[in-house]
Parts: sequence; structure tokens; C-alpha cells
Amino acid sequence: MIKVQQEDFDVGAELAALSRDRHQVGAVASFIGLVRDVAGDSELSAMTLEHYPGMTERQLQKLEAEALSRWPLDRVLIIHRYGRLLPGDQIVLCAATSAHREASFEACAFLMDWLKTKAPFWKLEEVDGEGKWVAARQDDDAAAARWQTDKTNVKQTE
Amino acid sequence: MKLLYFAWLRDRIGLAEETIELPESVTTVGQLATWLAQKSDGHAEAFADPNSVRCAVNMDYARADAAIGPDDEIAFFPPVTGG
Repeated sequence: MIKVQQEDFDVGAELAALSRDRHQVGAVASFIGLVRDVAGDSELSAMTLEHYPGMTERQLQKLEAEALSRWPLDRVLIIHRYGRLLPGDQIVLCAATSAHREASFEACAFLMDWLKTKAPFWKLEEVDGEGKWVAARQDDDAAAARWQTDKTNVKQTE
Repeated sequence: MKLLYFAWLRDRIGLAEETIELPESVTTVGQLATWLAQKSDGHAEAFADPNSVRCAVNMDYARADAAIGPDDEIAFFPPVTGG
């Protein structure tokens, strides 16, 4: 399930809904991304997330389908916010449910790594009243690249 | 043809979107970027470094050699920084 929204989300309620009445699920792995109060060496006052409406949903749906095809998952959830956020605010929630933990953990890491290089969002950091676009990180490209090998043979050993 | 710009490309060009008449000689994403760079000083600044510009054709990522037509929605933007 994909949600691209301005409003905040309730992690507990979202995760509970993901596995409610799904008794085949034994593992729920999740990641929550927050706005930090630093931008380089400066104090960040706010961060505005811009996105490409339509393409964002399309790319996240492709990402969800890719995760479901690579691992034996029950469900995938990605919630990503846009608009002006403050330090401490939640930006993104990513979760994967499955019978066993290995698939959930791996799928959750995969979703975040690919999201960071494929979902059309751009961060504008506000420092001392000035806005500055965040540059893409090579670390993120490297993190995403590690999933380009064949990862479809995840064993269920637990 | 409808064009969309995001993040600092939009700031430099001064437009979030524009509609253009696609010249017959422009048939790929790369040719379009080169042609757009001549439109204004802002366009020239936005497209100055091809390595820092990404493109989507009809909401899917496209490379410089991707074919384009007059009915396509084309977006130009910097490398993404979500998550």
C-alpha cells in the first residue's frame, strides 16, 4: 500500500492495520525516517519536501511490486510525506510483513534504499531563513546498487 | 508538448511548467535538453550540467537517447533526495 500525503501518520495504528487479521504473518519490520535538526554544520529550522504528483505514486507502486516479487511477503506499506516539516517530524514510514523475519528485514532495507534513488522527492533545507536544495548522496546510490544483484533466492530458514 | 520542472531546475528557469511546440528536428530527450538550454538565460543555467539533470517521460525515468513525441509529458529535475 502506498500513501503520499502532507499530514502526519500514526505508526502504531498503521502497523497494527498492516497485520490485523493476517495470522500467517509472523514478522513486521519497519523503518521511520525523521527530520534532523542539522544541515551540515548548521542548525536546520525546517525542511520542505517537494514531489512530482502522479510519478511519485507510480514509482512507489513499482517499488512495492518489486519487493513483493523478490521476497515472500504478505504486505508492503510505504507512507511518504511532502510539504514543510520541522525537526523531529516524521518523513517516511516503510514496512514489510512476512511469515519470518529475514524477508521482512531485507525487504524493508531494499524499499528504503530504492526509494531514496527512485522516488521523485526533493528536499529543501531552511537554515537561517535561507533555502538550500539538498544534493543527492553517492552513498545512497551505492546502497541502492547492492540490490541490483539477484536477491530473489532469500531462504526461509527460521 | 507539456514540460514540468522541479526543485532547483524550476527555480533557475522560473517556471514550474510550460507548453512548447516541439521542433521536428528534436526527437530525443537529450536533443530537447540542448534545444531548451537556448530558450533563456535561466534555461541555459538549468541545463548547464547534463550530469545533474534527470528526466522522466510520462512519469517513467528516461535516458538522453529516449525517443519523445508531441503528446508526451516530459519532466526535468535534479537527482532525487527523498526518504
